[in-house]
Amino acid sequence: MENLNQLTQWEVFIQSKSGSPYEHAGSLHAADKSMALQNARDVYTRRGEGRSLWVVPSDCIVASSNEDAEEFFDPSEDKIYRTPNFYKMPKGSTNI
Amino acid sequence: MSTQEESLKKFQQRIDADEKIEPRDWMPENYRKTLIRQISQHAHSEVIGMQPEGNWVLRAPSLRAKKILLAKIQDEGGHGLYLYSAAETFGVSRAEMIQQLQEGKAKYSSIFNYPTLTWADMGAIGWLVDGAAIVNQTMLAKCSYGPYARAMLRICKEEGFHQRQGYEIMGKMMNGTPAQREMAQDAMNRFWWPSLMMFGPPDTESAHSAESMNWKIKVESNDKLRQRFIDRTVEQAHHIGLTVPDKDLKFNKETMHWEFGPINWDEFWTVVKGNGPCNHQRMNHHIHYHNEGAWVREAASAYERKISAN
Ligand SMILES: [Fe+2]
Ligand SMILES: [Fe+2]
Repeated sequence: MENLNQLTQWEVFIQSKSGSPYEHAGSLHAADKSMALQNARDVYTRRGEGRSLWVVPSDCIVASSNEDAEEFFDPSEDKIYRTPNFYKMPKGSTNI
Repeated sequence: MSTQEESLKKFQQRIDADEKIEPRDWMPENYRKTLIRQISQHAHSEVIGMQPEGNWVLRAPSLRAKKILLAKIQDEGGHGLYLYSAAETFGVSRAEMIQQLQEGKAKYSSIFNYPTLTWADMGAIGWLVDGAAIVNQTMLAKCSYGPYARAMLRICKEEGFHQRQGYEIMGKMMNGTPAQREMAQDAMNRFWWPSLMMFGPPDTESAHSAESMNWKIKVESNDKLRQRFIDRTVEQAHHIGLTVPDKDLKFNKETMHWEFGPINWDEFWTVVKGNGPCNHQRMNHHIHYHNEGAWVREAASAYERKISAN
């Protein structure tokens, strides 16, 4: 009998070199954490693309939606005083 | 305007602004359907494409050649996995996609229904088939669907090696004995035209093109991609002394393109409809090994059930 269970889906994040951020690479199927890590290594890092991996069950990821993006990110849009260029420095000041 | 029309308008605006569409975004039903079909068929092609090359692993002429061929085939399996994952972002299951392949409801690239008769075919496939795939996939890396475009970027990075190892084989054989040169030319003769067919029917007859171009599922037409491939490849053929099996082939100095003879589209449709030289063999092989590996999938599932019960 064909078993249609596909195992749990995991998302894979790769850190390409020490100190770099972890970037999403794609997903895969695995029965547990260590199988997920091994599969991630074999599928996504065959050419030394990574020096460290994260695997996360896909259903643990919470995402914002594109439809609500405008309202959702609205609070940050009219606060240009959060950026350095908003300020006028005293004439002749240096190193600031 | 109804909400449906409103959404469609917004969607088109996002596409026109070169935004990428992500899995949870609103999208027209046909966008979803077209991409599921295209991505799953692309995945199937990568997986079935391992067979013609697998045919030569045990007969590779040296350990070096064997290691390279194995690594390439492993990459193709990986490409299949990236692409199945990209298709799964639409909520279709891998089991469903594989079932559609095995029932003949989903196609794969016709090029893999040709047999690999000699070692030179490993050269011709890497150089021509992967070369054509690179032209197509570089275009698809600009596709509007984020997960597909990202998978394409990853794949394109790996394809460079595939094409170069193929051209190296062809170059070596063209530098070899008369029998080796003949073998290389014979592989060229058999794979040239099917490689040109990989880009699909001419623009005038392509069923899905207009809508796909509008939604940036494709960003360049079949004919344009085919011409790009020909322009790149003809010079490479001549460089190592291969003849392109097309008596109408000539360089047009005004357009700076190679003009080529008529493509046998009857042959193309025969193979697409399932009557190519290896269609049955490829599918039987896939079904056989899929069934033979069922116990591995079952064991992994049983293990998963066991640990999640604890
Ligand atoms: Fe590939
Ligand atoms: Fe390839």
